[in-house]
Amino acid sequence: MAARPSGRGHFFPSFFPRVAALLANIVIQFMNGLAGASSLFLVAAGLSIIFGVSRIVNFAHGSLYMLGVYLAYSLIEFFGRSSIFGFWGGVLGAAIAVGLIGVVIEVLVLRRIYRAPELFQLLATFALVLVIKDAALYFWGAEDLVGPRAAGLRGAVEIMGKRFPQYDLVLIAIGPLVLGLLWLLLNRTRWGTLVRAATQDREMVGALGVNQSGLFTSVFFLGAFLAGLGGAVQIPREPAQLMLDITVISDAFVVVVVGGMGSIGGAFLAALLIAQAKAFCIGIGDVSIFGATLSFTKFTLVVEFVIMAIVLVVRPLGLLGKLQGAQRGAATVEPPLYPLTRPFWIAVVGLVALLALMPLGGDDYLLVLLIDIAVFSVFAATLHFLMGPSGMVSFGHAAYFGLGCYGAALALLKLKLPMELALLAAPLASGLGALVFGWFCVRLSGVYLAMLTLAFAQISWSVIYQWDAFTGGSNGLVGLWPSEWLKDRTAFYLFTLALCAASIIFLWRVVHAPFGYVLRAGRDSALRADAIGIDVRRFQWYGFILAGVFAGLAGGLFAFSKGSISPETLAVSRSVDGLVMVLLGGVQTLTGPVAGAAVFTWLQDSIARNTEYWRAILGLAILVIVLAFPQGIAGFLKQATARFTSAREREVVR
Amino acid sequence: MLTIEGLNTYYGRAHILADLALQANPGEVVVLLGRNGAGKSTTMKSVIGMVPAQSGAMTFDGTRIDRMASHHIARLGLGYVPEERRIFTDLTVMENLAVGKQPPRDGAPTWTPERLFELFPNLGRMKDRPGGRMSGGEQQMLTIARTLMGNPRLILLDEPSEGLAPVIVEQMAKTILQLKDEGLCVLLSEQNLHFAQMVADRAYIIEKGRIRYSGTMAELAANAAVREQYLSV
Repeated sequence: MAARPSGRGHFFPSFFPRVAALLANIVIQFMNGLAGASSLFLVAAGLSIIFGVSRIVNFAHGSLYMLGVYLAYSLIEFFGRSSIFGFWGGVLGAAIAVGLIGVVIEVLVLRRIYRAPELFQLLATFALVLVIKDAALYFWGAEDLVGPRAAGLRGAVEIMGKRFPQYDLVLIAIGPLVLGLLWLLLNRTRWGTLVRAATQDREMVGALGVNQSGLFTSVFFLGAFLAGLGGAVQIPREPAQLMLDITVISDAFVVVVVGGMGSIGGAFLAALLIAQAKAFCIGIGDVSIFGATLSFTKFTLVVEFVIMAIVLVVRPLGLLGKLQGAQRGAATVEPPLYPLTRPFWIAVVGLVALLALMPLGGDDYLLVLLIDIAVFSVFAATLHFLMGPSGMVSFGHAAYFGLGCYGAALALLKLKLPMELALLAAPLASGLGALVFGWFCVRLSGVYLAMLTLAFAQISWSVIYQWDAFTGGSNGLVGLWPSEWLKDRTAFYLFTLALCAASIIFLWRVVHAPFGYVLRAGRDSALRADAIGIDVRRFQWYGFILAGVFAGLAGGLFAFSKGSISPETLAVSRSVDGLVMVLLGGVQTLTGPVAGAAVFTWLQDSIARNTEYWRAILGLAILVIVLAFPQGIAGFLKQATARFTSAREREVVR
Repeated sequence: MLTIEGLNTYYGRAHILADLALQANPGEVVVLLGRNGAGKSTTMKSVIGMVPAQSGAMTFDGTRIDRMASHHIARLGLGYVPEERRIFTDLTVMENLAVGKQPPRDGAPTWTPERLFELFPNLGRMKDRPGGRMSGGEQQMLTIARTLMGNPRLILLDEPSEGLAPVIVEQMAKTILQLKDEGLCVLLSEQNLHFAQMVADRAYIIEKGRIRYSGTMAELAANAAVREQYLSV
């Protein structure tokens, strides 16, 4: 587009140099893309190998990458940044150190929960993300650390008249080199054969006399080593900072999913594709089309998610992915939900009545906390509605919460609607979002579905974050106050309590209505449900929309309770919070998510007030809970009573 | 060689195996006969440690194996061939065999891929074929060969004749007798009495998780009442 001739008379004289310049630009952008792809590939390959063998989606993989960057920074300082040995020794040392940290994590945490439900393992890796982030904060501080440039490779080479950093040439070589080495390791060694066998059926590998724990630990070492190396080699290109864990893990997820779960070659292709797309978006910059400026630079934030959404819709298993059966010997069957009994409803009514009496205590702060708990209980209940009865795990549920926030806020501020109507706009906006996003998501299942939900959440976040004129961008929107009759804290509390309790009770009723049976049938066996005439996909779509609607309502209430909102409301961390609430409470019970939301919100609030390191404390608390009660809080209570009664039954039989 | 006493196994609250007891002696082929759902596969899985036993004692060559992890049990020389075959479909025949490989063992025949290809000539012709692109009969051969690579002293064969063409079933029987000649002890589970009669020395009949009958194959052949009660469909 830059080559468009400015006038007829100058066409020929100016055409060729311009084409040459354009070509040089393209080549340089392409090389930039190649350099960016290497590190992306390293992280994704590690994630893929770990997932293959352990079937654990390691959310802490980005954190391992971040540790790689920080450790490389410190080790290079220690070894001396001016010597070649100092630099490469630091990089390799950092990668090995991260590999060993991976071993520690595997041995201390993950090994104990291989038999726990899949989602619980996910929760454990979330907790690790929190702990590692605060550990990095403690050791390296909150400031960005700009790393040294590679000793001996500080210059640039000239390519078609443009300068290109020498170090980036080395990076370009590292990707294919590691791909080749990994291929040899997996296909030409006994260890690799065992890993590939265990990826398919680890129980059978054990029955053939192979010690699985040794195999798993070594796989974790390799995966973590690759993440650490991916981070360490980036130190001359990007500063070490605390946000890396989340950005890198979402990048790595995208690469793994686009490439196809478990396919190393696919991860390489996908890393190339995504890094190239990003490089070109930066390279193109701002372009004027029909007078409107289109910023491709801003597009870099979402381009990978757009690619992922397209790939997943066209090739649901990724570019090179093969259909992977569920890991044998790890299947957990969801127990049926017990029908809601009269004592249960009496307890619910009693609890709501008790909560309604809370304002009598006169503790204003308590009411603020209880409003938060009520709002997040609805949020968690909707996420649970997706994950539990509908069998669709969402990594991006905050999107609907956030769309609700912004729907209400924009209706109030831009459309000048009264607050009551603006609140109605919240579920409308989130429902509309769920309607569109859900249509794509229900076409997938399992981890792929989860990743696509994450993709849509990131796209929504990025649009809201960048659309300064409409959404206030990163500053968010302020001045969201409820109507006069709700101005009083007590009134607003009772209003929120009533709406939230009604929403949650409605969702519980839906689970036990025929619609809920259909969803559960589709979750337990999509094929059989299909065979008896249920259009599983359609019902899953309806379920998705329903969950979105109520999550949005929670968002709307949240906006009016705080008075201001920011893009934080639909950031990844909010989605993760929701997952933690649901998993903490237990996905197999209806009441669990509400309990989880209450405990989580309370913990977060009370710890955050007392220490800078609230994330680490929360993470450690989660780890303790995960290791002690692998079924969640509510699940644990249920199992304990079941064990008690069945032990008694057995006594009677004897 | 293998002794099971008072074995109780549960799936959740369901009582699958009740006070099960059986024994297999060196050089014997012992068959566990029973209908679908009688508990044959669960018995096999309990022995190899895939399904935890609630109570009871299992010893293999004098070593207690209940409470042991699968890979430790396998390393004692106890081979397991699952009913569903569970071939590694992405791995080639040679790679499948490599996974099962263990060091040579005293008192047990030592197997190499070459020796196994003598036993299963078909496998020798498809060394580099992925396990997923083989017929059911070929997969059944491969799963036995894979277990033999561990040089076991005793092999658990869970319904080896299931789903195979009659001509392959006959071949399978021949193979089992060859293994017996090599000095292997075989504990197999079967629904097919005819197949059991071709290979086994002794039989146990299992129903609803309990052993209902035990005796030599000759005794079972003479006892029409027992066959009628527990084995006829």
